[in-house]
Amino acid sequence: MADRFPSPFEIPAPAGAEGWQQLYTYSSLFSEGRRDYEDSMFWFQDGVHWPNALRPWDATLYEYAITSLSQYNTRHLQVPPANGIDFRILNGYAYLTPVPAPEADIEARVANFMDRAGFYFMNWNDLYDKWMIKIRDLVKELETIDFDPLPEIEDADGVVKSGAGVGSGWKIQADYHKLLDLALKLWQFHFEFLNLGYAAYLDFFGFCKAAWPNIPDLAIAKMVAGVEVDLFRPDEELKRLARMAVDSGVGEAFATGDVEATCQVLKGSDAGNAWIASFQESAEPWFNFSTGSGFYHSDKIWIENVEIPFEFIANYIEMLKKGEDLARPMDAIRAERDRIVAEYAELLPSDADREAFQGKLGLARVVFPYVENHNFYVEHWSHSVIWRKMRQLGELCVKEGFWSEATDIFFLKRTEVEDALFDYFHSWATPAPAAGPTYWPAEIERRRGIHAALSSWKPTPAMGVPPEVITEPFTVMLWGITTESVGAWLGGGAGEDGQLRGMSASPGVVEGPARVIFSPDQISEVQEGEILVAPLTAPSWAPIFGKIQATVTDTGGMMSHAAIVCREYGLPAVTGTGFATSTIKTGDRIRVDGSNGVVTLL
Amino acid sequence: MTSHIMWFEGYWDGLKLEVGGKAASLGEMTGAGLPVPPGYALTTSAYRVSRDAADLDATLARLLHGLDTRDTDMVTDRCGRIRTHIAEMPMGPDVEESLRQAYDELCRRSSTNDVPVAVRSSATSEDSPDASFAGEHDTYLWVRGADAVIDAVRRCWASLFTDRATCYRVEMGYEHRSVEMSVVVQKMVRPISAGVAFTLNPSDGDRSTIAIDAAWGFGEGVVSGEVTPDNFLVDKVLYEISRRKVAKKEVEFTLDGGDHVVKKPLEGSRATDACLTDAQIKAIARLARTAERHYGCPQDIEWAVDADLPDGENVVLLQSRPETVWSKKVADSPTTTGGADMMASIVSTLMNPLNSRKS
Repeated sequence: MADRFPSPFEIPAPAGAEGWQQLYTYSSLFSEGRRDYEDSMFWFQDGVHWPNALRPWDATLYEYAITSLSQYNTRHLQVPPANGIDFRILNGYAYLTPVPAPEADIEARVANFMDRAGFYFMNWNDLYDKWMIKIRDLVKELETIDFDPLPEIEDADGVVKSGAGVGSGWKIQADYHKLLDLALKLWQFHFEFLNLGYAAYLDFFGFCKAAWPNIPDLAIAKMVAGVEVDLFRPDEELKRLARMAVDSGVGEAFATGDVEATCQVLKGSDAGNAWIASFQESAEPWFNFSTGSGFYHSDKIWIENVEIPFEFIANYIEMLKKGEDLARPMDAIRAERDRIVAEYAELLPSDADREAFQGKLGLARVVFPYVENHNFYVEHWSHSVIWRKMRQLGELCVKEGFWSEATDIFFLKRTEVEDALFDYFHSWATPAPAAGPTYWPAEIERRRGIHAALSSWKPTPAMGVPPEVITEPFTVMLWGITTESVGAWLGGGAGEDGQLRGMSASPGVVEGPARVIFSPDQISEVQEGEILVAPLTAPSWAPIFGKIQATVTDTGGMMSHAAIVCREYGLPAVTGTGFATSTIKTGDRIRVDGSNGVVTLL
Repeated sequence: MTSHIMWFEGYWDGLKLEVGGKAASLGEMTGAGLPVPPGYALTTSAYRVSRDAADLDATLARLLHGLDTRDTDMVTDRCGRIRTHIAEMPMGPDVEESLRQAYDELCRRSSTNDVPVAVRSSATSEDSPDASFAGEHDTYLWVRGADAVIDAVRRCWASLFTDRATCYRVEMGYEHRSVEMSVVVQKMVRPISAGVAFTLNPSDGDRSTIAIDAAWGFGEGVVSGEVTPDNFLVDKVLYEISRRKVAKKEVEFTLDGGDHVVKKPLEGSRATDACLTDAQIKAIARLARTAERHYGCPQDIEWAVDADLPDGENVVLLQSRPETVWSKKVADSPTTTGGADMMASIVSTLMNPLNSRKS
């Protein structure tokens, strides 16, 4: 077995993707000038958040997110052993490497961390309340951004005579800057709490592993779970709407499977109209929910693709008619949680240990809602608004002849969008022909071809020399990358025994036919009783978890979405297998042993 | 008809005197969710009605008249005759019928004809005059068929009159009527697999773990070390199987065509297959945990999966005793680093996240 992965400098561009580097910020590329450093690091592909090749503008949020994470570790909190996460883009894909803190700095960092992180833990709930206000204000501010076409002449009262001294050309550029500023601010907010949340969770995790060396990971996860979290709210709203449709006798309207036909029928009755009103009420904000990770403008968002929530609601209506109970068994989950906590506590040697255990468990539960909920507020809701505003700007440029589709704007890097806006501003101000309409269409076509070539490339899971032992806490926790999974990647897929190994994310053993899904568009293919095999899953896939028997993913750890949802639904799950989607084919019979993290091809 | 039968699951404290110590213990365990191999007790009432119907007192009076307890030949002769008499005397009303019905029921539960059983005497009381002779009372293994069971029951009754017990009562002036006997009839286990289990992990003392060693057939090979057993670790709270090591098992202890245990080489996939299903592993773990709770300290148990019993009822407890190695050690405290100070502990966790990695 090899002891290292290929160097990033050994990996050629896929055929047809030559020159792909021009699509991304220069600083996000591997480069000869930094080669010694880059070759000394271990890079892994972040399939949890960025499983697909990035389009140029979409890389903005990738760069904002990872840099904000790093900033909190290094400059705000001084996480003692961990500096930031460095990132690169190779062949369009996101690669990360954890950067350790220098040994000599650790002592000084400990004191700072105790002070700063300690303050957050002490005041968690107050700070979290503030965070909720900040994030809602941020969304409101995003919503004020409006990219309207520049007027023939400026408004006399509003602009000229008001003495404002600035015009619409300035404002459209200022609004674009504002959008970028708010996007970066959003990611600052995101990491204000997240790593602290994980640290508290890890501490509880470490305590449990010391107390009970053989305790299953999911026992620890179950002790913390059972709290109502907003991340599940969109799915809960679907269920509520399904129940409302059935109870008010308009359930039949969903039988057609067509949104327009359904709405036609609904509008014909008071109950139907009441249902539509209720749907609209749920939609803001809860259906600002992406079918993917939220990091791609192409991820479908429920509120803009109502056929998605409609189809889920129709499924739930069918299940209700069959007499199924859609409610998440919260009481049962809590009772089981309390039983597990009590039984482990009983096994501790002393009352002092039980006190420490309860303290750590308490903190883990305090941080848990943020760890779960931030995902809705940041990646789903706020990102949905950002993508909408960007499409509005793209549409404006379509009208001005810069390109032909609103989403073509995402083939521009974020700085290029600023250039194009200035081009537009200049041509409007003068007036004189803009350069964009003769420059961008061909350039966008060229980039579209490169991106297509990048998309057909299967990213290598890792590059460079892996550390002997993976100890970086966030790598293990957020990305599920362990010494074992790296070993499995080096082994290159299923072993001779036809087995794939990953994290034992949710317990139980089942056998059944596989359904391999690569994108959210395919989730309607999933049939009752199948085993879902996917690169990763997203919170908005929740409605299909009632159909499937188990889940297998390429990426993700104990706290990944698939792991959390499967535990809630009582389905076995193995996450972070590395190669499930390239090894398993739809229709293959597989056995998923979620208790041991093993997937077997039968 | 008067039934003189108490099934183990029908036991309650008030029956202790009627069924004797051994049957009471089996009944208590069954009631506590510790499933011993199924069976029943023939109560002392059966002995009393049989004794009275056959006018045993008259026979005793005749044969014990003028007994010189120092004359061993005389004792051997007289007591031998008493035992022969009891072994041949007709049983009292309904006793035989009770025994036949219960045996048929046990066969039905075991889905087999002529199910082999153990027939054992069960002393009626700890402080009864014959208590100290309990060891001399008879035990018959691999008894098959109702006739053979009835015969074994009579011989158990007869064992009240061993030479020593009889002399003791005569010397102490105890009434022979004061001793009574209950008899336990219990299914012989014919194991698919058997072994031991500890309610902690013997390699690291982890009390959240149940460790199971298992091999095909009887548990002798596991206990003696002649077979390298399959080894399973089960979490005590979730009942998740956290480790499974399936060994190559060279031999098994099994029954020859009849009722004799023999050692046979294992061939083919049986040698390398796990000898327990997941459901059986979990049932054994639950059984071990129940025993630990029942006895209030870590246990070391022997168990078997009985081939004759239906799935879900076939894991049986053969023995449970306190675990002695780790139980005596003071357990390590998990709060050694950082102590109760939350921040110090979080720093320590981040600095040394080995515990955080999946082992």
